[in-house]
Amino acid sequence: MNESRSDLLLLLAGVGGVLIIATVIGQWLALRQKDKAADSQAQVSVIDNLNARINAWWAMVVLIGLAFLGGKAGVIILFGFCSFAALREFVTLTQTRRDDHWALAAAFFVVLPMQYALIWYEWYGLYSIFIPVYAFLLLPMLAALRGSTEHYLVRVAETQWALMICVFCASHVPALLTLQIPGYEGRQVLLIAYLVVVVQISDVLQYVWGKLLGRRRIAPALSPSKTVEGAVGGILSATLIGAMLWWITPFTPLQSAGMALACTLMGFMGGLVLSAIKRDRGVKDWGHLIAGHGGFIDRMDSVLFSAPVFFHLVRYGWDAS
Amino acid sequence: MMKRILSWLSASAIVIFARLITAVHARWQGCEPRETQRIYYANHCSHGDFVLLWTVLPASMRQATRPVAGADYWSGSALKRFIGSDVFRSVLIERNPVNREQNPVAQMTQALDAGDSLIVFPEGTRNTGNTRLLPFKSGLFHLAESRPDVELIPVWISNLNRVLPKGEIIPIPLVCSVTFGAPLLRIPEEGKAAFLARAEQSLLALAMQEAGIDNESMS
Repeated sequence: MNESRSDLLLLLAGVGGVLIIATVIGQWLALRQKDKAADSQAQVSVIDNLNARINAWWAMVVLIGLAFLGGKAGVIILFGFCSFAALREFVTLTQTRRDDHWALAAAFFVVLPMQYALIWYEWYGLYSIFIPVYAFLLLPMLAALRGSTEHYLVRVAETQWALMICVFCASHVPALLTLQIPGYEGRQVLLIAYLVVVVQISDVLQYVWGKLLGRRRIAPALSPSKTVEGAVGGILSATLIGAMLWWITPFTPLQSAGMALACTLMGFMGGLVLSAIKRDRGVKDWGHLIAGHGGFIDRMDSVLFSAPVFFHLVRYGWDAS
Repeated sequence: MMKRILSWLSASAIVIFARLITAVHARWQGCEPRETQRIYYANHCSHGDFVLLWTVLPASMRQATRPVAGADYWSGSALKRFIGSDVFRSVLIERNPVNREQNPVAQMTQALDAGDSLIVFPEGTRNTGNTRLLPFKSGLFHLAESRPDVELIPVWISNLNRVLPKGEIIPIPLVCSVTFGAPLLRIPEEGKAAFLARAEQSLLALAMQEAGIDNESMS
Protein backbone atom coordinates (compact mmCIF):
# COMPACT_ATOMS: atom_id res chain seq x y z
CA MET A 1 0.00 0.00 0.00
CA ASN A 2 2.88 2.34 0.84
CA GLU A 3 4.49 1.82 -2.52
CA SER A 4 1.11 2.30 -4.16
CA ARG A 5 0.60 5.55 -2.29
CA SER A 6 3.97 6.97 -3.25
CA ASP A 7 3.39 6.04 -6.90
CA LEU A 8 -0.02 7.68 -6.73
CA LEU A 9 1.42 10.85 -5.22
CA LEU A 10 4.11 10.91 -7.91
CA LEU A 11 1.46 10.57 -10.61
CA LEU A 12 -0.72 13.28 -9.04
CA ALA A 13 2.34 15.56 -8.82
CA GLY A 14 2.97 14.93 -12.52
CA VAL A 15 -0.64 15.77 -13.40
CA GLY A 16 -0.43 18.84 -11.16
CA GLY A 17 2.72 19.92 -13.02
CA VAL A 18 0.99 19.59 -16.39
CA LEU A 19 -1.96 21.61 -15.07
CA ILE A 20 0.33 24.36 -13.75
CA ILE A 21 1.96 24.64 -17.18
CA ALA A 22 -1.48 24.66 -18.84
CA THR A 23 -2.72 27.34 -16.42
CA VAL A 24 0.31 29.55 -17.09
CA ILE A 25 -0.11 29.20 -20.86
CA GLY A 26 -3.86 29.84 -20.62
CA GLN A 27 -3.40 32.98 -18.52
CA TRP A 28 -0.61 34.20 -20.80
CA LEU A 29 -2.86 33.77 -23.86
CA ALA A 30 -5.64 35.65 -22.07
CA LEU A 31 -3.30 38.51 -21.14
CA ARG A 32 -1.92 38.73 -24.66
CA GLN A 33 -5.49 38.80 -25.93
CA LYS A 34 -6.25 41.81 -23.75
CA ASP A 35 -3.36 43.77 -25.25
CA LYS A 36 -4.47 43.12 -28.79
CA ALA A 37 -8.07 44.24 -28.52
CA ALA A 38 -8.53 43.97 -32.26
CA ASP A 39 -8.65 40.14 -32.23
CA SER A 40 -11.79 38.47 -33.38
CA GLN A 41 -14.55 37.48 -31.02
CA ALA A 42 -14.13 33.83 -31.99
CA GLN A 43 -10.53 33.80 -30.79
CA VAL A 44 -11.48 35.40 -27.47
CA SER A 45 -14.14 32.79 -26.81
CA VAL A 46 -11.75 29.93 -27.67
CA ILE A 47 -9.29 31.22 -25.06
CA ASP A 48 -12.04 31.82 -22.48
CA ASN A 49 -13.27 28.29 -23.05
CA LEU A 50 -9.72 26.94 -22.77
CA ASN A 51 -9.25 28.61 -19.39
CA ALA A 52 -12.65 27.43 -18.18
CA ARG A 53 -11.64 23.90 -19.16
CA ILE A 54 -8.31 24.16 -17.34
CA ASN A 55 -10.03 25.44 -14.19
CA ALA A 56 -12.52 22.58 -14.33
CA TRP A 57 -9.60 20.17 -14.69
CA TRP A 58 -8.16 21.42 -11.42
CA ALA A 59 -11.44 20.69 -9.66
CA MET A 60 -11.75 17.25 -11.27
CA VAL A 61 -8.17 16.26 -10.39
CA VAL A 62 -8.66 17.35 -6.77
CA LEU A 63 -11.92 15.37 -6.54
CA ILE A 64 -10.42 12.22 -8.03
CA GLY A 65 -7.34 12.58 -5.83
CA LEU A 66 -9.55 12.79 -2.73
CA ALA A 67 -11.55 9.76 -3.88
CA PHE A 68 -8.32 7.78 -4.31
CA LEU A 69 -7.23 8.67 -0.80
CA GLY A 70 -10.65 7.49 0.39
CA GLY A 71 -9.85 4.03 -0.99
CA LYS A 72 -12.49 1.66 -2.30
CA ALA A 73 -15.38 3.51 -0.64
CA GLY A 74 -14.19 6.84 -2.01
CA VAL A 75 -13.85 5.55 -5.57
CA ILE A 76 -17.22 3.76 -5.53
CA ILE A 77 -19.01 6.83 -4.16
CA LEU A 78 -17.35 9.11 -6.72
CA PHE A 79 -18.23 6.93 -9.71
CA GLY A 80 -21.69 6.19 -8.28
CA PHE A 81 -22.32 9.91 -8.27
CA CYS A 82 -20.87 10.31 -11.77
CA SER A 83 -23.24 7.57 -12.97
CA PHE A 84 -26.15 9.38 -11.34
CA ALA A 85 -25.26 12.70 -12.97
CA ALA A 86 -24.66 11.05 -16.35
CA LEU A 87 -27.94 9.10 -16.20
CA ARG A 88 -29.77 12.31 -15.30
CA GLU A 89 -28.34 13.97 -18.42
CA PHE A 90 -29.02 10.98 -20.66
CA VAL A 91 -32.64 10.46 -19.59
CA THR A 92 -33.28 14.20 -20.05
CA LEU A 93 -32.63 13.76 -23.78
CA THR A 94 -34.79 10.63 -24.22
CA GLN A 95 -38.42 10.54 -25.31
CA THR A 96 -39.49 8.91 -22.04
CA ARG A 97 -42.63 10.26 -20.43
CA ARG A 98 -45.23 9.62 -17.77
CA ASP A 99 -45.68 5.95 -18.64
CA ASP A 100 -41.99 5.35 -18.00
CA HIS A 101 -42.13 6.78 -14.52
CA TRP A 102 -41.84 3.46 -12.66
CA ALA A 103 -39.15 2.15 -15.00
CA LEU A 104 -37.10 5.33 -14.61
CA ALA A 105 -37.56 5.42 -10.84
CA ALA A 106 -36.30 1.81 -10.74
CA ALA A 107 -33.35 2.70 -12.98
CA PHE A 108 -32.24 5.58 -10.74
CA PHE A 109 -33.07 4.29 -7.30
CA VAL A 110 -32.80 0.48 -7.57
CA VAL A 111 -30.60 -0.53 -10.51
CA LEU A 112 -27.91 2.14 -10.06
CA PRO A 113 -27.32 1.57 -6.30
CA MET A 114 -27.55 -2.21 -6.82
CA GLN A 115 -24.83 -2.17 -9.48
CA TYR A 116 -22.42 -0.26 -7.25
CA ALA A 117 -23.28 -2.43 -4.23
CA LEU A 118 -22.39 -5.51 -6.30
CA ILE A 119 -19.06 -3.89 -7.18
CA TRP A 120 -18.51 -3.20 -3.46
CA TYR A 121 -19.15 -6.87 -2.66
CA GLU A 122 -16.95 -7.86 -5.65
CA TRP A 123 -19.62 -10.19 -7.03
CA TYR A 124 -18.23 -10.38 -10.57
CA GLY A 125 -20.71 -13.04 -11.73
CA LEU A 126 -23.67 -10.81 -10.98
CA TYR A 127 -22.45 -7.28 -11.71
CA SER A 128 -21.39 -8.40 -15.19
CA ILE A 129 -24.92 -9.43 -16.13
CA PHE A 130 -27.16 -7.50 -13.74
CA ILE A 131 -27.95 -4.66 -16.14
CA PRO A 132 -27.55 -6.52 -19.48
CA VAL A 133 -29.86 -9.35 -18.32
CA TYR A 134 -31.98 -8.52 -15.29
CA ALA A 135 -32.55 -4.79 -15.76
CA PHE A 136 -33.02 -5.49 -19.48
CA LEU A 137 -35.93 -7.82 -18.66
CA LEU A 138 -37.36 -5.97 -15.66
CA LEU A 139 -37.68 -2.41 -16.95
CA PRO A 140 -39.81 -3.23 -20.04
CA MET A 141 -42.16 -5.09 -17.70
CA LEU A 142 -42.60 -1.98 -15.56
CA ALA A 143 -43.19 0.13 -18.66
CA ALA A 144 -45.68 -2.41 -20.04
CA LEU A 145 -47.65 -2.49 -16.79
CA ARG A 146 -48.40 1.21 -17.26
CA GLY A 147 -50.29 0.22 -20.37
CA SER A 148 -49.18 2.75 -22.97
CA THR A 149 -47.88 1.39 -26.27
CA GLU A 150 -46.98 4.66 -27.96
CA HIS A 151 -43.29 4.58 -28.98
CA TYR A 152 -42.97 1.66 -26.57
CA LEU A 153 -39.90 0.05 -28.13
CA VAL A 154 -38.14 3.39 -28.54
CA ARG A 155 -38.73 4.37 -24.91
CA VAL A 156 -37.70 0.98 -23.54
CA ALA A 157 -34.59 0.86 -25.71
CA GLU A 158 -33.57 4.38 -24.73
CA THR A 159 -33.86 3.57 -21.05
CA GLN A 160 -31.75 0.42 -21.45
CA TRP A 161 -29.14 2.33 -23.45
CA ALA A 162 -28.98 5.00 -20.78
CA LEU A 163 -28.35 2.38 -18.10
CA MET A 164 -25.75 0.50 -20.13
CA ILE A 165 -23.73 3.62 -20.90
CA CYS A 166 -24.11 5.62 -17.71
CA VAL A 167 -24.20 2.87 -15.08
CA PHE A 168 -22.89 -0.41 -16.49
CA CYS A 169 -19.93 1.05 -18.38
CA ALA A 170 -19.05 3.62 -15.71
CA SER A 171 -19.12 1.00 -12.95
CA HIS A 172 -16.28 -0.86 -14.64
CA VAL A 173 -13.90 1.87 -13.51
CA PRO A 174 -14.26 1.09 -9.76
CA ALA A 175 -14.54 -2.61 -10.68
CA LEU A 176 -10.81 -2.45 -11.54
CA LEU A 177 -10.22 -2.40 -7.77
CA THR A 178 -11.57 -5.95 -7.49
CA LEU A 179 -8.99 -7.54 -9.83
CA GLN A 180 -6.56 -9.96 -8.18
CA ILE A 181 -3.20 -9.62 -9.92
CA PRO A 182 -0.25 -11.55 -8.47
CA GLY A 183 2.52 -9.15 -7.42
CA TYR A 184 0.16 -6.17 -7.77
CA GLU A 185 -1.80 -6.55 -4.51
CA GLY A 186 -3.10 -3.34 -2.99
CA ARG A 187 -2.11 -1.27 -6.03
CA GLN A 188 -5.25 -1.64 -8.17
CA VAL A 189 -6.19 1.99 -7.66
CA LEU A 190 -3.24 2.77 -9.96
CA LEU A 191 -5.06 0.92 -12.76
CA ILE A 192 -7.87 3.46 -12.43
CA ALA A 193 -5.38 6.31 -12.44
CA TYR A 194 -3.72 4.82 -15.54
CA LEU A 195 -7.01 4.44 -17.43
CA VAL A 196 -8.28 7.91 -16.55
CA VAL A 197 -4.97 9.65 -17.27
CA VAL A 198 -4.40 7.88 -20.61
CA VAL A 199 -7.95 8.36 -21.91
CA GLN A 200 -8.30 11.95 -20.74
CA ILE A 201 -4.85 13.01 -21.92
CA SER A 202 -5.80 11.50 -25.27
CA ASP A 203 -8.88 13.77 -25.38
CA VAL A 204 -6.77 16.78 -24.45
CA LEU A 205 -4.06 15.96 -27.00
CA GLN A 206 -6.65 15.35 -29.73
CA TYR A 207 -7.98 18.82 -28.96
CA VAL A 208 -4.48 20.35 -28.98
CA TRP A 209 -3.31 18.56 -32.17
CA GLY A 210 -6.63 19.38 -33.78
CA LYS A 211 -6.33 23.09 -32.95
CA LEU A 212 -2.71 23.19 -34.17
CA LEU A 213 -2.84 21.06 -37.32
CA GLY A 214 -6.47 20.02 -37.83
CA ARG A 215 -7.55 20.18 -41.49
CA ARG A 216 -9.65 17.19 -42.56
CA ARG A 217 -12.78 16.60 -40.52
CA ILE A 218 -13.60 12.98 -39.74
CA ALA A 219 -17.36 13.27 -39.38
CA PRO A 220 -18.52 16.86 -39.83
CA ALA A 221 -22.14 15.89 -39.21
CA LEU A 222 -21.28 14.38 -35.84
CA SER A 223 -18.57 16.54 -34.42
CA PRO A 224 -17.23 19.73 -36.01
CA SER A 225 -14.01 19.65 -33.98
CA LYS A 226 -12.78 16.09 -34.63
CA THR A 227 -10.13 16.01 -37.35
CA VAL A 228 -7.94 13.26 -38.77
CA GLU A 229 -4.80 15.13 -37.71
CA GLY A 230 -6.15 15.66 -34.18
CA ALA A 231 -7.28 12.06 -33.77
CA VAL A 232 -4.10 10.45 -35.08
CA GLY A 233 -1.80 12.84 -33.23
CA GLY A 234 -3.77 12.58 -30.01
CA ILE A 235 -4.12 8.82 -30.01
CA LEU A 236 -0.44 8.21 -30.88
CA SER A 237 0.94 10.68 -28.36
CA ALA A 238 -1.41 9.37 -25.64
CA THR A 239 -0.27 5.83 -26.47
CA LEU A 240 3.31 6.98 -25.97
CA ILE A 241 2.41 8.52 -22.62
CA GLY A 242 0.61 5.29 -21.70
CA ALA A 243 3.77 3.31 -22.49
CA MET A 244 5.80 5.63 -20.30
CA LEU A 245 3.38 5.01 -17.42
CA TRP A 246 4.13 1.28 -17.43
CA TRP A 247 5.74 1.58 -13.97
CA ILE A 248 2.37 2.10 -12.27
CA THR A 249 0.82 -0.93 -14.02
CA PRO A 250 1.38 -4.70 -14.03
CA PHE A 251 2.29 -4.41 -17.75
CA THR A 252 5.62 -4.27 -19.58
CA PRO A 253 6.24 -1.01 -21.50
CA LEU A 254 5.15 -2.65 -24.78
CA GLN A 255 2.02 -4.15 -23.23
CA SER A 256 1.32 -0.78 -21.67
CA ALA A 257 1.49 0.87 -25.09
CA GLY A 258 -0.93 -1.73 -26.47
CA MET A 259 -3.36 -1.16 -23.61
CA ALA A 260 -3.14 2.60 -24.05
CA LEU A 261 -3.81 2.23 -27.79
CA ALA A 262 -6.87 0.04 -27.13
CA CYS A 263 -8.21 2.48 -24.52
CA THR A 264 -7.65 5.61 -26.62
CA LEU A 265 -9.24 4.02 -29.71
CA MET A 266 -12.28 3.00 -27.67
CA GLY A 267 -12.34 6.45 -26.11
CA PHE A 268 -12.22 8.18 -29.47
CA MET A 269 -15.07 6.06 -30.82
CA GLY A 270 -17.02 6.65 -27.59
CA GLY A 271 -16.80 10.37 -28.16
CA LEU A 272 -18.05 9.91 -31.72
CA VAL A 273 -20.99 7.66 -30.72
CA LEU A 274 -22.18 9.97 -27.96
CA SER A 275 -21.82 12.97 -30.29
CA ALA A 276 -24.12 11.20 -32.74
CA ILE A 277 -26.77 10.94 -30.03
CA LYS A 278 -26.39 14.61 -29.15
CA ARG A 279 -26.73 15.70 -32.76
CA ASP A 280 -29.77 13.48 -33.21
CA ARG A 281 -31.36 15.25 -30.24
CA GLY A 282 -30.26 18.67 -31.50
CA VAL A 283 -28.11 19.71 -28.55
CA LYS A 284 -24.50 20.81 -28.34
CA ASP A 285 -23.69 19.55 -24.86
CA TRP A 286 -25.15 16.90 -22.56
CA GLY A 287 -25.32 19.29 -19.65
CA HIS A 288 -23.78 22.36 -18.11
CA LEU A 289 -22.33 21.24 -14.77
CA ILE A 290 -18.65 21.20 -15.78
CA ALA A 291 -17.79 24.71 -16.92
CA GLY A 292 -16.10 24.78 -20.34
CA HIS A 293 -16.65 21.07 -20.94
CA GLY A 294 -20.45 20.77 -20.85
CA GLY A 295 -22.01 17.92 -18.94
CA PHE A 296 -20.72 14.84 -17.17
CA ILE A 297 -21.21 12.69 -20.27
CA ASP A 298 -19.26 15.19 -22.39
CA ARG A 299 -16.26 14.71 -20.11
CA MET A 300 -16.72 10.98 -19.44
CA ASP A 301 -17.69 9.73 -22.91
CA SER A 302 -14.26 8.29 -23.69
CA VAL A 303 -13.85 6.70 -20.25
CA LEU A 304 -17.31 5.11 -20.50
CA PHE A 305 -16.40 3.30 -23.70
CA SER A 306 -12.90 2.26 -22.73
CA ALA A 307 -13.54 1.12 -19.12
CA PRO A 308 -15.29 -2.24 -19.78
CA VAL A 309 -12.80 -3.18 -22.52
CA PHE A 310 -9.81 -2.25 -20.37
CA PHE A 311 -11.33 -4.13 -17.41
CA HIS A 312 -11.80 -7.35 -19.38
CA LEU A 313 -8.43 -7.16 -21.15
CA VAL A 314 -6.70 -6.90 -17.76
CA ARG A 315 -8.92 -9.55 -16.24
CA TYR A 316 -8.29 -12.11 -18.99
CA GLY A 317 -4.61 -11.34 -19.22
CA TRP A 318 -3.48 -10.74 -15.64
CA ASP A 319 -6.19 -11.68 -13.11
CA ALA A 320 -5.38 -14.83 -11.11
CA SER A 321 -8.92 -15.89 -10.14
CA MET B 1 -35.75 31.93 17.02
CA MET B 2 -35.96 28.14 16.95
CA LYS B 3 -38.48 28.39 14.15
CA ARG B 4 -36.26 30.70 12.13
CA ILE B 5 -33.32 28.32 12.35
CA LEU B 6 -35.57 25.44 11.44
CA SER B 7 -36.99 27.25 8.44
CA TRP B 8 -33.49 28.30 7.30
CA LEU B 9 -32.35 24.68 7.54
CA SER B 10 -35.43 23.50 5.66
CA ALA B 11 -34.87 26.06 2.95
CA SER B 12 -31.26 24.92 2.51
CA ALA B 13 -32.32 21.27 2.44
CA ILE B 14 -34.99 21.98 -0.17
CA VAL B 15 -32.51 23.90 -2.34
CA ILE B 16 -29.94 21.09 -2.13
CA PHE B 17 -32.60 18.48 -2.92
CA ALA B 18 -33.87 20.52 -5.88
CA ARG B 19 -30.34 20.83 -7.24
CA LEU B 20 -29.63 17.12 -6.75
CA ILE B 21 -32.74 16.07 -8.63
CA THR B 22 -32.76 18.69 -11.38
CA ALA B 23 -29.22 20.15 -11.61
CA VAL B 24 -31.22 23.29 -12.34
CA HIS B 25 -29.47 26.14 -14.08
CA ALA B 26 -30.51 29.71 -14.72
CA ARG B 27 -30.36 31.43 -18.08
CA TRP B 28 -30.51 35.16 -17.54
CA GLN B 29 -31.38 35.92 -21.13
CA GLY B 30 -33.22 39.23 -21.04
CA CYS B 31 -32.19 40.61 -17.66
CA GLU B 32 -29.53 40.39 -14.97
CA PRO B 33 -29.94 38.95 -11.47
CA ARG B 34 -30.25 42.37 -9.82
CA GLU B 35 -31.91 43.31 -6.57
CA THR B 36 -34.53 45.55 -8.13
CA GLN B 37 -38.15 44.94 -7.22
CA ARG B 38 -39.73 42.53 -9.69
CA ILE B 39 -42.75 40.41 -10.42
CA TYR B 40 -41.55 37.13 -11.92
CA TYR B 41 -44.38 35.47 -13.82
CA ALA B 42 -43.83 31.84 -14.86
CA ASN B 43 -45.46 28.79 -16.37
CA HIS B 44 -46.94 26.39 -13.85
CA CYS B 45 -46.90 22.60 -14.21
CA SER B 46 -45.77 21.37 -10.81
CA HIS B 47 -45.87 22.25 -7.13
CA GLY B 48 -42.10 22.49 -7.34
CA ASP B 49 -42.13 25.40 -9.84
CA PHE B 50 -41.55 28.20 -7.37
CA VAL B 51 -38.95 26.11 -5.52
CA LEU B 52 -36.94 25.82 -8.72
CA LEU B 53 -37.25 29.51 -9.56
CA TRP B 54 -36.35 30.42 -5.98
CA THR B 55 -33.36 28.04 -6.02
CA VAL B 56 -31.65 29.73 -8.97
CA LEU B 57 -31.97 33.23 -7.49
CA PRO B 58 -28.84 34.51 -5.69
CA ALA B 59 -29.20 33.99 -1.92
CA SER B 60 -29.58 37.71 -1.22
CA MET B 61 -32.49 37.96 -3.67
CA ARG B 62 -34.25 34.91 -2.24
CA GLN B 63 -34.73 36.71 1.08
CA ALA B 64 -36.83 39.36 -0.62
CA THR B 65 -38.72 37.21 -3.12
CA ARG B 66 -42.08 35.72 -2.13
CA PRO B 67 -44.06 33.17 -4.15
CA VAL B 68 -47.80 33.66 -4.53
CA ALA B 69 -49.51 30.33 -3.92
CA GLY B 70 -52.93 28.81 -3.48
CA ALA B 71 -54.11 28.84 0.13
CA ASP B 72 -56.24 25.73 -0.45
CA TYR B 73 -53.11 23.65 -1.13
CA TRP B 74 -50.55 25.22 1.17
CA SER B 75 -52.83 25.26 4.22
CA GLY B 76 -53.55 21.56 3.80
CA SER B 77 -51.34 20.22 6.57
CA ALA B 78 -48.98 21.43 9.28
CA LEU B 79 -45.96 20.56 7.14
CA LYS B 80 -47.32 22.38 4.08
CA ARG B 81 -48.19 25.39 6.27
CA PHE B 82 -44.65 25.41 7.67
CA ILE B 83 -43.04 25.16 4.21
CA GLY B 84 -45.46 27.58 2.58
CA SER B 85 -45.57 30.27 5.24
CA ASP B 86 -42.36 30.01 7.25
CA VAL B 87 -39.79 28.70 4.78
CA PHE B 88 -40.88 30.50 1.62
CA ARG B 89 -42.96 33.30 3.18
CA SER B 90 -45.60 32.66 0.52
CA VAL B 91 -48.38 35.10 -0.11
CA LEU B 92 -51.29 32.68 0.26
CA ILE B 93 -54.28 33.63 -1.81
CA GLU B 94 -57.75 32.15 -1.91
CA ARG B 95 -58.33 30.90 -5.43
CA ASN B 96 -62.05 30.26 -5.26
CA PRO B 97 -63.80 33.64 -5.75
CA VAL B 98 -67.04 32.48 -4.10
CA ASN B 99 -65.88 32.15 -0.53
CA ARG B 100 -62.81 34.32 -0.34
CA GLU B 101 -62.49 37.07 2.22
CA GLN B 102 -59.43 38.90 0.90
CA ASN B 103 -58.82 40.23 -2.57
CA PRO B 104 -55.75 38.41 -3.98
CA VAL B 105 -54.55 41.45 -5.92
CA ALA B 106 -54.73 43.55 -2.73
CA GLN B 107 -52.68 40.92 -0.89
CA MET B 108 -50.06 40.96 -3.63
CA THR B 109 -49.80 44.75 -3.82
CA GLN B 110 -49.44 44.77 -0.04
CA ALA B 111 -46.42 42.48 -0.34
CA LEU B 112 -44.97 44.68 -3.09
CA ASP B 113 -45.44 47.78 -0.96
CA ALA B 114 -43.44 46.09 1.79
CA GLY B 115 -40.54 46.02 -0.69
CA ASP B 116 -40.59 42.35 -1.66
CA SER B 117 -40.50 40.84 -5.14
CA LEU B 118 -43.13 38.29 -6.15
CA ILE B 119 -43.28 35.00 -8.05
CA VAL B 120 -46.69 34.54 -9.69
CA PHE B 121 -48.21 31.86 -11.89
CA PRO B 122 -50.80 33.67 -14.01
CA GLU B 123 -52.22 30.43 -15.41
CA GLY B 124 -53.86 30.11 -12.01
CA THR B 125 -53.58 26.35 -11.84
CA ARG B 126 -51.14 23.61 -12.79
CA ASN B 127 -51.00 22.90 -16.50
CA THR B 128 -51.12 19.14 -16.91
CA GLY B 129 -52.26 18.99 -20.52
CA ASN B 130 -50.36 19.10 -23.77
CA THR B 131 -50.59 22.82 -24.43
CA ARG B 132 -47.56 24.87 -23.50
CA LEU B 133 -49.55 27.50 -21.63
CA LEU B 134 -53.08 27.89 -20.27
CA PRO B 135 -54.84 31.25 -20.83
CA PHE B 136 -53.70 33.79 -18.21
CA LYS B 137 -56.06 34.86 -15.45
CA SER B 138 -56.69 38.59 -15.16
CA GLY B 139 -54.89 38.96 -11.81
CA LEU B 140 -51.59 39.74 -13.52
CA PHE B 141 -53.18 42.65 -15.38
CA HIS B 142 -54.65 44.20 -12.25
CA LEU B 143 -51.45 43.69 -10.35
CA ALA B 144 -49.38 45.26 -13.14
CA GLU B 145 -51.77 48.18 -13.43
CA SER B 146 -51.74 48.97 -9.74
CA ARG B 147 -47.92 48.99 -9.51
CA PRO B 148 -46.66 50.20 -12.92
CA ASP B 149 -43.07 50.80 -11.73
CA VAL B 150 -42.31 47.21 -10.79
CA GLU B 151 -40.50 45.20 -13.49
CA LEU B 152 -42.48 42.30 -14.97
CA ILE B 153 -40.13 39.43 -15.85
CA PRO B 154 -41.33 36.40 -17.85
CA VAL B 155 -39.75 33.15 -16.61
CA TRP B 156 -39.90 29.83 -18.45
CA ILE B 157 -39.36 26.71 -16.33
CA SER B 158 -38.56 23.67 -18.47
CA ASN B 159 -38.78 19.95 -17.84
CA LEU B 160 -40.10 19.99 -14.28
CA ASN B 161 -43.37 18.43 -15.43
CA ARG B 162 -41.38 15.36 -16.48
CA VAL B 163 -39.61 15.16 -13.11
CA LEU B 164 -42.81 14.74 -11.16
CA PRO B 165 -45.91 14.20 -13.30
CA LYS B 166 -49.23 14.69 -11.58
CA GLY B 167 -50.07 11.78 -9.29
CA GLU B 168 -46.52 10.44 -8.94
CA ILE B 169 -44.63 10.42 -5.65
CA ILE B 170 -41.02 9.63 -6.60
CA PRO B 171 -39.28 12.39 -8.56
CA ILE B 172 -37.19 11.32 -11.56
CA PRO B 173 -33.86 13.13 -11.76
CA LEU B 174 -33.81 15.19 -14.98
CA VAL B 175 -31.95 18.34 -15.96
CA CYS B 176 -34.18 21.43 -15.68
CA SER B 177 -33.60 25.03 -16.65
CA VAL B 178 -35.10 28.37 -15.68
CA THR B 179 -34.97 31.07 -18.36
CA PHE B 180 -35.44 34.73 -17.45
CA GLY B 181 -36.65 37.01 -20.24
CA ALA B 182 -36.53 40.77 -20.77
CA PRO B 183 -38.90 42.94 -18.69
CA LEU B 184 -42.32 43.21 -20.30
CA LEU B 185 -42.82 46.59 -21.96
CA ARG B 186 -45.46 48.69 -20.17
CA ILE B 187 -47.91 50.42 -22.51
CA PRO B 188 -50.12 53.02 -20.79
CA GLU B 189 -53.88 52.72 -21.39
CA GLU B 190 -53.47 49.21 -22.77
CA GLY B 191 -56.58 47.06 -22.38
CA LYS B 192 -56.73 43.91 -20.31
CA ALA B 193 -57.01 41.45 -23.18
CA ALA B 194 -54.18 43.03 -25.13
CA PHE B 195 -51.92 43.12 -22.09
CA LEU B 196 -52.56 39.48 -21.18
CA ALA B 197 -52.02 38.37 -24.76
CA ARG B 198 -48.72 40.22 -24.86
CA ALA B 199 -47.62 38.72 -21.53
CA GLU B 200 -48.50 35.22 -22.75
CA GLN B 201 -46.67 35.83 -26.02
CA SER B 202 -43.44 36.91 -24.39
CA LEU B 203 -43.46 33.86 -22.13
CA LEU B 204 -44.16 31.55 -25.08
CA ALA B 205 -41.35 33.21 -27.02
CA LEU B 206 -38.99 32.28 -24.19
CA ALA B 207 -40.24 28.69 -24.32
CA MET B 208 -39.63 28.50 -28.06
CA GLN B 209 -36.18 30.01 -27.64
CA GLU B 210 -35.41 27.55 -24.85
CA ALA B 211 -36.44 24.62 -26.99
CA GLY B 212 -34.55 25.78 -30.07
CA ILE B 213 -31.64 27.64 -28.57
CA ASP B 214 -29.22 24.77 -28.69
CA ASN B 215 -29.85 24.21 -32.38
CA GLU B 216 -28.86 27.74 -33.17
CA SER B 217 -25.75 27.86 -31.06
CA MET B 218 -24.48 24.61 -32.51
CA SER B 219 -21.45 25.39 -34.61
